[in-house]
Amino acid sequence: MPAVENTVLICAGGACISAGEKSVKGVFEETLRKYSLENVVRVVETGCMGACDLGPILVIYPEGVFYQKITPENASRIVEEHILKGRVVEDLLYVGDMGDLRERPQEELPFFTEQVRIATRNLGVIDPLSIDEYIARDGYFALHKVLFEIGTDDVIEILKKSELKGRGGAGFPTWMKWDFTKKAEGETKYVICNADEGDPGAFMDRAVLEGDPHSIVEAMTIAARVIGAQKGFVYVRAEYPLAIERLTHAMKMAREYGFLGENILGTDFSFDLEIRIGAGAFVCGEETALINSIEGKRGIPRVKPPFPANRGLWQKPTLLSNVETYANIPPIITNGGEWFSKFGVEGSRGTKVFALAGNVKNTGLVEVPMGITLRKLIFEIGGGVPGGKKLKAIQTGGPSGGCIPLELIDTPITYDNMKKLGTIIGSGGMIVMDEDSCMVDVAKYFLEFTVEESCGQCTPCRDGTRRMLEILERITSGEGTMEDLHLLKDLGENIMATSLCGLGQTAPQPVISTMRYFWDEYEAHVKEGRCFAKKCKSLTRVVISKEKCVGCTACSRVCPVEAISGSVRTPHEIDPEICTRCGSCLAVCRFGAISKVSP
Amino acid sequence: MAKIKSLEELMKIKENAMKGLKMRDSGKRGKVIVAMGTCGIAAGAKDTLRAIVDLLEEKGIDDVSVVQSGCFGLCDVEPTIEVHLEGSDPIIYGHVTPAQAKRVVEQHIVGGKVVGDLIVKRGEL
Repeated sequence: MPAVENTVLICAGGACISAGEKSVKGVFEETLRKYSLENVVRVVETGCMGACDLGPILVIYPEGVFYQKITPENASRIVEEHILKGRVVEDLLYVGDMGDLRERPQEELPFFTEQVRIATRNLGVIDPLSIDEYIARDGYFALHKVLFEIGTDDVIEILKKSELKGRGGAGFPTWMKWDFTKKAEGETKYVICNADEGDPGAFMDRAVLEGDPHSIVEAMTIAARVIGAQKGFVYVRAEYPLAIERLTHAMKMAREYGFLGENILGTDFSFDLEIRIGAGAFVCGEETALINSIEGKRGIPRVKPPFPANRGLWQKPTLLSNVETYANIPPIITNGGEWFSKFGVEGSRGTKVFALAGNVKNTGLVEVPMGITLRKLIFEIGGGVPGGKKLKAIQTGGPSGGCIPLELIDTPITYDNMKKLGTIIGSGGMIVMDEDSCMVDVAKYFLEFTVEESCGQCTPCRDGTRRMLEILERITSGEGTMEDLHLLKDLGENIMATSLCGLGQTAPQPVISTMRYFWDEYEAHVKEGRCFAKKCKSLTRVVISKEKCVGCTACSRVCPVEAISGSVRTPHEIDPEICTRCGSCLAVCRFGAISKVSP
Repeated sequence: MAKIKSLEELMKIKENAMKGLKMRDSGKRGKVIVAMGTCGIAAGAKDTLRAIVDLLEEKGIDDVSVVQSGCFGLCDVEPTIEVHLEGSDPIIYGHVTPAQAKRVVEQHIVGGKVVGDLIVKRGEL
């Protein structure tokens, strides 16, 4: 059988079928047979490609040429010109929004071209189990430089010039942390890597540990040399078994090569690493709780000051940074501080890894220079909101962050700007929400998380967040009052001002920020019992239109709770008491007779 | 492995490993890199990896190595594999199920023709 040379995708979505896809396909295949090409060209009918107004659509691979509005007549032209003679049929090409021809949609996606990969430089490039491949990409050269070519003060100077700030959330200047720990009194010091990544929707630390574990080993060894530590710990959450496995292997290899253990690179400097596995408490991502956990104590935060730089692990000076921060260290030392600070903008230098999640087309990890606008990040790199839906808001910084509404997406992402908008960059989680998201419900979701994860040590966080959640539950079930709204805001501000650690100090943030930008939604829930997005179950009903329903029974057959009644060819009815608002019936109704309503 | 003590030794490893990464003088015609982060594995990368290894063996192809790497960021299109044959740009494919892996092996590795509909990216990361 001859090898297939071209694959032709014909969109067979509903819209394209009604636009004449079947006859286009018929003529296309007939023409292929006419030229005996049926065995080298594979014709595939696909599901809806999404550009329904351009149908019928046809895409020819391997080139990825996109043809639009095909008629049976020009279908044969495409076979004769494109397939047979290799000439693109210009007048049928899809013209993009910018008026440019899009011959090869797969190439040069902004997803790749806009990225600057520093912390993620080796992800997907090297074999994480091969130390040699890490070395091939300049790995351990920074360690060599620190041991033989430059002094420890020079390292601090390089970090200062780089303006690198902690990437775990707080954004504290990294050089200062190193400098404080270096200057702290004491023979015994420790280096810790915080890999207890707990924010819902953030997974860059896991990706780095899984894909490039040596970058952490190298960075921590450099840190140990600079501050004068003999021992280090990587605190990884138990939910990351693959990260633990790869890091363990990396440490073993580093010891064999003499990058870890006694007399590193033949010098008198000795340092070794151990892994500590976190048992899954979110609060252990807080540095002092993490330190308690390593000591074998219950993971609850300590009062600061004293800061870990002076009294950390076992009361000794301790340098504690996040995975992504460490991953930036070796290239900064190799290339210099100025090289790193070239990226980004004033006050927010370098790059940041963001985890795109939620209602965005390209979900995944992207590393971009700081100062990029949210619009560029979401719409160009992220590919926008799928399903033709409108963007409503972006939640940044996880449970400690807030929401940014559509109107503000032209804001450049910097530490200062995010603070002004009432949110944080945090660890880099970006949850994109479309118009179907209820902002009160979103706030409730994050608060449920923090209530569950509060360690219970201090009253504002333990009791306060629970009271806030109760109020939110009242609001979303239509029992809230305007007084509740004001109480919610007051309570939130008090909790933020009086909690002991970062968890409590930021837990009300999602509520406060959604109240700031979506006050009308909160008010509608209370005053009118209305949920804009028709998400809140108690405020929403699913109804069948008597006029439109033909009694096909499709809905009653899919209803998982048997809430729909009615006999064949007579309009059906939904019992709101039984209905769970799951929406299954909405999806199967072919007559548009079912809708969700909120008064 | 003796412990490394000098820059020269480090450079030597780098140069040797570079050959592997770039495939020059490694005696291989190319390599297939399977992204094996948690996202890839959850999407079925282990089955894909096994399918590729089996297919290459079945077809007696021994000049293409199969290696693993981490997540390269576009988790949405996992499992992803990169096919890098000597003398041509690396191609990253997405949504590579074992069935699609067969197409990649037959069409790209054997036939030398890229599988257009699976391409996520052409060229170096």
